[in-house]
Amino acid sequence: MPPLTIRNIVVALVIAALILLPVYSHLAGDRFMLTLFTRIVILALAAVSLNFILGFGGMMSFGHAVYLGLGGYAVGMLSYEGINSGFIQWPVALGVSALFALVIGALSLRTRGVYFIMITLAFAQMAYYIVSGIARYGGDDGLTIDERSRFFPPLNLSDKTQFYYVCLFFLLAAVYLTFRIVNSRFGMALQGIRSNELRMRAIGFPTYRYRLVAFVIAGVMCGLSGALLANQADFVSPSVMYWTRSGDLIIMVVLGGMGTVAGPVMGTIAFLVLEEVLPGIIKFVGLPFVGSAAAGRASEYWMIVMGPLLLLVVLFARGGIDGMLTKLDERFGLRRQP
Amino acid sequence: MTLFIEQCLNGLQLGLLLFMLAAGLTLVFGIMDLVNLAHGSLYMMGAYFAATFSALTGSFLLGAVLALIATLVVGMAVEVIAMRRLYGRDHLDHVLGTFGLILFFNELVRLVWGPAGLALPLPGWLQQPIQILPGVQYSAYRFSIIVVSLIVAGGLYMLVMRTRIGMLIRAGASNREMVGALGVNIQLLYTLVFGLGAALAGLAGLMQAPILTVQIGMGENILILAFVITVIGGIGSIRGALVAALFVGFIDTLGRAFFPDLLREVLPAAAAATAAPALSSMLIYLLMAIVLIVKPEGLFSAGQR
Repeated sequence: MPPLTIRNIVVALVIAALILLPVYSHLAGDRFMLTLFTRIVILALAAVSLNFILGFGGMMSFGHAVYLGLGGYAVGMLSYEGINSGFIQWPVALGVSALFALVIGALSLRTRGVYFIMITLAFAQMAYYIVSGIARYGGDDGLTIDERSRFFPPLNLSDKTQFYYVCLFFLLAAVYLTFRIVNSRFGMALQGIRSNELRMRAIGFPTYRYRLVAFVIAGVMCGLSGALLANQADFVSPSVMYWTRSGDLIIMVVLGGMGTVAGPVMGTIAFLVLEEVLPGIIKFVGLPFVGSAAAGRASEYWMIVMGPLLLLVVLFARGGIDGMLTKLDERFGLRRQP
Repeated sequence: MTLFIEQCLNGLQLGLLLFMLAAGLTLVFGIMDLVNLAHGSLYMMGAYFAATFSALTGSFLLGAVLALIATLVVGMAVEVIAMRRLYGRDHLDHVLGTFGLILFFNELVRLVWGPAGLALPLPGWLQQPIQILPGVQYSAYRFSIIVVSLIVAGGLYMLVMRTRIGMLIRAGASNREMVGALGVNIQLLYTLVFGLGAALAGLAGLMQAPILTVQIGMGENILILAFVITVIGGIGSIRGALVAALFVGFIDTLGRAFFPDLLREVLPAAAAATAAPALSSMLIYLLMAIVLIVKPEGLFSAGQR
């Protein structure tokens, strides 16, 4: 039984809310809510995978969205060629992501720090340009997926509620997996490498291999997220792997709390909900000052608030949401200060 | 043959243009240890300023000069307001902070200039082709880009290698703390270097503007190329940036122009037509991968890091 702290209570409430969301959506007849949260759950899976290498492994990958595209295109291309079975599509999506992660990881992990950032970014862009250039699968315009992945009869991904629960199942599984890995010997070694690679190597750990394995695990998890995302949108285009998407994923992780098990989930919820409500907030705040027409126009430019907001989070609230909750616990004496 | 010479010149032009971007990026990283993703935004600002000022003044050259000054000012302002708070922090903070700046600049541009792109028309004397070799015609404007870039590259070399400021810049790139300890006003040096990088990016942007449309996000694609160059050339090395930029410029341009024909020789026409655009855009990344395998720290890395 985990200790009863504010942070753990909030995490439990968030999970409970995610589980009960379709019930609310049905009762209130709010279909949009279910669609929004399906997207949130899928992207949270991607954020969890990125957090695994970024937060626990200390690897600043700036090309993580590439696996969203790889997983998505594996589903999309197979579906275009007439193969709709999820038992083929999904393993292919995971396999392609694993292979890409292995090759890119093997090359990029030879370098450190800022080189690593730039190289992962460049390889992800390479994949973006390659996919944009393949005219058979829509090129720039993307590829419409006519039919969602088909599994055995009772499971029907076209049913919104069922699909939501499938996504949620994978998200919770990924969070649990991360929790188990992080507390395993492998995870301990990985965090040791994050803190001091030289020392770990001196003790005798093959640090390069440890990091590479972690890189591939994260790639596979994110590839799954990509396959789900393509199914959710019934569409996949190169823009899902554009480099700003990788930036969004990093923001979600940092906003929630890097290197914490549940942080990325909260970060993704916060980021995507903020994206939905920020235009409304700008409109509401601006209304008394500039009138409704101007306020409405101003709300279209919500990104101009989002950018500096991000800068402020980076400068003043590094721990993210998880860090703030932990600080509350320390203040109320629910958790001893480290 | 004429086509080959023309494509070589195009490659040289792209390479020199990329060098201007990469030089600023590598200087800022080498000296301030700062990863600046917003470098592409300054490139974009240069192009937008040039389009606006040349429309206002009616003169392309005057507009360009004003745009250069404006970008320099914007660059210094960004340094004083935002970047200064990021020095000495984690690279992750730099990435996130400057990513936020990109969002900000893109929205700012959309707010001020609107979502549609702008065009920067050329004056008549730059539009007609000129004869550079007997029988070889080349666009006067592209040729003047090459000339201006060469002058700037030479000037940059003189500045960095032959002046006192350049000495401080080089010293800062190899050991920042020591330069500060010897009584150099490091903060001023940082602002200057950042402004210089911004002006170089702005110059690249405004020179590229008449060839491409001036649009939001124009800096982001070329920023990735500048990253590739910095990685290949070695971070912090201007010489490396020049060599790598020329490599990338040539390979990208010649690859796009002639690789499809080469591919058609070995593959059936239909397969070649599908694969060519994808593969030719891969070439420079392959080059980067090869450099990484052979020399992970880049061709000319500046000191131990």
